[in-house]
Amino acid sequence: MFELIAQQPFLAALFALVMLGAVFGALLGFASEKFKVEGNSVVEEINAILPQTQCGQCGYPGCRPYAEAIAEGEAINRCPPGGEAGIAQLADLLDMEPIPLDEAHGEEAPVPSVAFIHEEDCIGCTKCIQACPVDAILGAAKQMHTVITSECTGCDLCVEPCPVDCIEMVSEETTLASWHWDLPGRGPAISIIATDRDAA
Amino acid sequence: MRKIWDFHGGVHPPENKHQSLGRPIRSAGIPPELTLPLNQHIGAPAEPIVTVGQKVLKGECIAKAAGLISVPVHAPTSGTITAIEERLVAHPSGLPTECIILETDGEDRWIERTGIADPATADKATLLACIRDAGIAGMGGAGFPTSVKLGVNPRGGGIDTLVLNGTECEPYITADHVLMRERADEIVAGARILQQLVEPKETLLGVEDNKPDAIEALRQACQGEDMEVVVFPTKYPSGGEKQLIEILTGRQVPSGGLPADIGVVCQNMGTAVAVYRAVVHGEPLISRITTVTGEAVAQPGNFEVLLGTPMSYLLELSGFSADRLQRLVMGGPMMGFTVPDPAVPIVKTTNCILAPTTSELPPPPPAQPCIRCGLCAEACPASLLPQQLYWFSRGKEYEKLEAHNLFDCIECGACSFACPSNIPLVQYYRASKAEITQLKRDQAKSEHSKTRFEARQERLQREAEAKEAQRAARKQAAEARAREAAEAGGAEQDPIQAAIERAKARKAAAQDGEKTSQRPAIAQLDPAELAIERARAARAASADQSPEDKARANLARLQERLAKSEAKLAASRESGAEANIIEALEAAIEKLQPKLEEARRQVEALPGEPAPAAEKDAAQLAIERAQAARAASANQDPGEKARANLERLQERLAKSEAKLAASRESGADDTIIEALEAAIDKLKPKLEEAQREVDALHSGQEA
Repeated sequence: MFELIAQQPFLAALFALVMLGAVFGALLGFASEKFKVEGNSVVEEINAILPQTQCGQCGYPGCRPYAEAIAEGEAINRCPPGGEAGIAQLADLLDMEPIPLDEAHGEEAPVPSVAFIHEEDCIGCTKCIQACPVDAILGAAKQMHTVITSECTGCDLCVEPCPVDCIEMVSEETTLASWHWDLPGRGPAISIIATDRDAA
Repeated sequence: MRKIWDFHGGVHPPENKHQSLGRPIRSAGIPPELTLPLNQHIGAPAEPIVTVGQKVLKGECIAKAAGLISVPVHAPTSGTITAIEERLVAHPSGLPTECIILETDGEDRWIERTGIADPATADKATLLACIRDAGIAGMGGAGFPTSVKLGVNPRGGGIDTLVLNGTECEPYITADHVLMRERADEIVAGARILQQLVEPKETLLGVEDNKPDAIEALRQACQGEDMEVVVFPTKYPSGGEKQLIEILTGRQVPSGGLPADIGVVCQNMGTAVAVYRAVVHGEPLISRITTVTGEAVAQPGNFEVLLGTPMSYLLELSGFSADRLQRLVMGGPMMGFTVPDPAVPIVKTTNCILAPTTSELPPPPPAQPCIRCGLCAEACPASLLPQQLYWFSRGKEYEKLEAHNLFDCIECGACSFACPSNIPLVQYYRASKAEITQLKRDQAKSEHSKTRFEARQERLQREAEAKEAQRAARKQAAEARAREAAEAGGAEQDPIQAAIERAKARKAAAQDGEKTSQRPAIAQLDPAELAIERARAARAASADQSPEDKARANLARLQERLAKSEAKLAASRESGAEANIIEALEAAIEKLQPKLEEARRQVEALPGEPAPAAEKDAAQLAIERAQAARAASANQDPGEKARANLERLQERLAKSEAKLAASRESGADDTIIEALEAAIDKLKPKLEEAQREVDALHSGQEA
């Protein structure tokens, strides 16, 4: 055996390489079967970044379909509720350059809003209930409807179907609980005592 | 002498404490109006339990705690509730919040108090309830509900160290200093109750070495007690809870953890006094010691002030000159914030009102670029890297901020103070912290929305499947029935079909019988068969119904509906029904009208107006009849014609007269009777004319 290898180094090397290839190939094949990932994990990751308003402004019927489309190569700038921050996150995930939001699909709202039903005008037609993607509207036929504010994603899909135009999108108000400091330059700057600084 | 540790970093800003230390604690008295915000602490705002116009006594609870992390609010003096409304409060946002407004009556009448004269006999639950009901929240600055902090069950092992914080490291503030100096006994009494609650191995009263008189007073009060006054060098921010614990015990609170995790509970000196008063005297937290200082006040000092007192009232007492004021600050120069209006009230966490002049607290110089000198990192008491956090904040790299432990920042301002480029570092951290919190909240919400969306999709799919299954089941059942019927054969046929066939058979039989006897055969057709025949005819007729007929039927139906709706509307208007019912009816009528018009248009648009067509047919028939008659009469000889004419006329006259008589009897309209009379009058000359013709012909023939 050793003599054969010594006499035919070329064949021996070839044989060794082929054998190595076969072994690792079999290993890889086994691993791909054994550790197979169910579904498309990229879609899941993209979907986790999308804001889940299910508003359809991107042109797809919900966030997941858009995530699937992005995984297939669709532009990442079609989600106004996600805004620039969302685009930046997507670009980061997909290793792309962030691009500005496509205004054709809507503008990023500066303040989140929720739907509000003017209850005295509601005729109880249930059309908005059918339109709401997250079941955030409560009511029954010929009974007044109302929005569960904490569940509303602000997608405004309920505004269009209302036959009496009693649904309005209301911006969330800043309260003491939701207020926070802005980055310097926009709000009042804090300061310390300059005379003290000189003395220190 | 016990070992003192040191913490990383820290700065030494000028103390400026002597200005307000020259005078003893003064009582601020009772201002005419108190503004009591419902949220003077960390946690949920209290819920008002008084109504406008209600008279309250001093110490009466006017708002109850809402939830676990919340504390009640009490009336600081007797008076009348004049409003519960949104007012400006001391908050950097300058946003108004819900407040109870109390108009004082100056009588200062107490509600009945029930203190526990000897707290040592009381059990823990009673003491905790007592502290909670007294509305005590941490008085050092953050305002965390004290009963929650004391009642917490630490992870792994009990509390071994109780720390009372008398550090007061921030410049200008002397509220705790004077409290220790003048009310050391109350502090020690409060500490005893706290000891009873947390059962520590040791109790440490930490005081900086710049307060010798306070240290002396505390040491005297502590004699014979199981507690120790620990003195350590002055440095900012050694008053921070985590920094103080490190100084006193050498132990660090883990990142993101609580002091309780390492067996330590830390309370402010002011809180200890409040606990003592609440437990022993039954007095809720209705007043506190507040420092009023700064060059814009002539007599700086400390006041015992009722909560809700406007800051402007306190400033007046200290000889405030508004024209010298640069801006009004609540808290100290390091961590305080500008208040939006001098009328904002003193709350449970207001330890200082700073009224500086422009030379004392000039506007911040413009920020310059970071030169990466690292002074901030040296100053940071939490051992963070402020310059890195600054860059990440500017770049909004939130993941890296979290990785660099942004949330361990205590916002003490030491880095901003040390920064040679005057960068407002703390503000960057505050903004980034808020942004990250917001992002996390959004993330949680989007996760929640996703769950709801998916649940809805699943439900819709389930419903669709159920419907599909039902449809399939119905179809199967129908097929099964049809199959059964086919198997059973003719006997089990459709009853209608059977009846029709029976009828056909009979008819055939009848036709056979017709040859022999017609009448009896017809009589044999029984009524049921006749009905079937009629039904079939009607069905055929309706199937053949022309579009015109349908349109007309539709129009008639709509008109009927409109009439009904209008009648209903009128009825409901008369009966004074609710406005919404009337509106609904009006809406319905409005909706019907366009439909009606549409139907009318359809009818009008029909080809060759059916009604006139029918008339035309009748006319045609009449013309044909007339032509036939003429043709017939042309063949007749004149005598016969005249006679026929006479007979016809006589017949018509007779008919008309009969009608007239009938109308008269039945009492018909006068117009009808008149018309009939006129017709008879017209007929009579014609008749006479015809009679003459006939007579003439007769005479001619005879002639």
